[in-house]
Amino acid sequence: MSELRFTVDHEWLRQDDDGLVTVGITPYAQDALGDVVYVQLPEPGTYAPGDEVAVLESVKAASNILMPLAGEVIEVNAELIGRPELVNASSLDAGWFFRFRPDDAAALAALLDQNAYDRLLRATADA
Amino acid sequence: MTTETLAKTPLHALHLELGARMVPFAGYDMPVQYPLGVLKEHLHTRDQAGLFDVSHMGQILLRGPDAAAALETLVPVDILDLPLGLQRYALFTDDNGGILDDLMVANLGDDTLFLVVNAACKEQDLAHLQRHIGSRCAIESLFDDRALLALQGPKAADALARLAPEVSGMTFMQIRRVQVAGIDCIVSRSGYTGEDGFEISVPVAAAETLARQLLAQPEVQPIGLGARDSLRLEAGLCLYGHDMSTATTPVEASLLWAISRVRRADGARAGGFPGAERVFAQQRDGVARKRVGLLPQERVPVREGALIVDAEGNPLGEVTSGGFGPTLGAPVAMGYLASGSAAPDSEVWAVVRGKQVAMKVARTPFVPQRYYRG
Repeated sequence: MSELRFTVDHEWLRQDDDGLVTVGITPYAQDALGDVVYVQLPEPGTYAPGDEVAVLESVKAASNILMPLAGEVIEVNAELIGRPELVNASSLDAGWFFRFRPDDAAALAALLDQNAYDRLLRATADA
Repeated sequence: MTTETLAKTPLHALHLELGARMVPFAGYDMPVQYPLGVLKEHLHTRDQAGLFDVSHMGQILLRGPDAAAALETLVPVDILDLPLGLQRYALFTDDNGGILDDLMVANLGDDTLFLVVNAACKEQDLAHLQRHIGSRCAIESLFDDRALLALQGPKAADALARLAPEVSGMTFMQIRRVQVAGIDCIVSRSGYTGEDGFEISVPVAAAETLARQLLAQPEVQPIGLGARDSLRLEAGLCLYGHDMSTATTPVEASLLWAISRVRRADGARAGGFPGAERVFAQQRDGVARKRVGLLPQERVPVREGALIVDAEGNPLGEVTSGGFGPTLGAPVAMGYLASGSAAPDSEVWAVVRGKQVAMKVARTPFVPQRYYRG
């Protein structure tokens, strides 16, 4: 299992051995959102970066999950339909949202690595 | 975003110490949640007791022998015969019968009425009182003098009675001056959660001491505005500026119960409040739309602003409050519907992100109210 990559929208991506990429939100994001009570998962299909592919509803508000890179959504985490609280309890693991096949597998390397993401969080906290 | 212009309640430092997440609300920097989180804070309040800082709300005294009669000219409520030591829910109406604010009015005795009004409306309410009845009674703003704490939940009475044993004898909507942990307070047995509980008016200088004493009770957790909103929504209670406003009358807002019998069209002191003719006409002739409870038939929360349509997609109304009800474990909402579609169990649809979500018109409260009536 490879190391995680991150977006500035606080999503994490993991390159899996089968060539697909798993997407979830970071512990920072789940904490900021608060208790998640509903998840609308993406329809399988091809999306462009920035497309609003999924929706998270917390007790406070609705938030969009954006497609981090161009690609085709292959699989969704149907467990979240009945247990949306997994996003809070296990954001980096059981709370994943979907898996997709990136158009350009190398594009993943251009995203933030753990160090860069941690710096982003520190900068956010200082702002 | 700058927070420098936001006002702070006397418990602001305590909120920060407790790890609250602060948000701007009605011009104040207020705790939306504590580390427990909205969901657990909500459930804790229904199960034990929660302490809310509602010091941003406006407390006002009206004094003088003519105060009750004067206030009756602004609210459709029986104030003249409000018994000593009791409070009532009231509404300030405007000349069109629209709702300017909702409030609590208590009779403290000695020709003194105690009002609690909404934070966002309090300056306007004070001006409204001064303009219309300022010559008939003394109007004293307590905005800078008193904090307001709410202790809510089935264990609230146990917790508060340890600091003030006499509150055990109070019943729902009773109010009296009570020493709580040696501090002179005005305590009412009421609240905004649907649970048994108390609202405690306390001098600003003693507010933090009292809050710490209440938080030291084993049943009590601090609860933020997030859970306050989900608790009141499950209890079917209106939020001013959302579920009612100057654009809605008490009839449209399904608040007819708040209009005292004696002030109704056939009552001994009929009318005499702003907009009475329109309100009575609506009572007689019916209204085109009214406020109802709504239960989404799917898991998706349906929030304020969502359009409500019929089976053919024709607009019927709009959601005015909506979210997830942690006690029900399901989404809950309220909103305004065309009267023909507002009967309980009617099926309507809300439009959420372009998709239609089936909703059922439901009676409120969504969870049983558990007020202590003795």
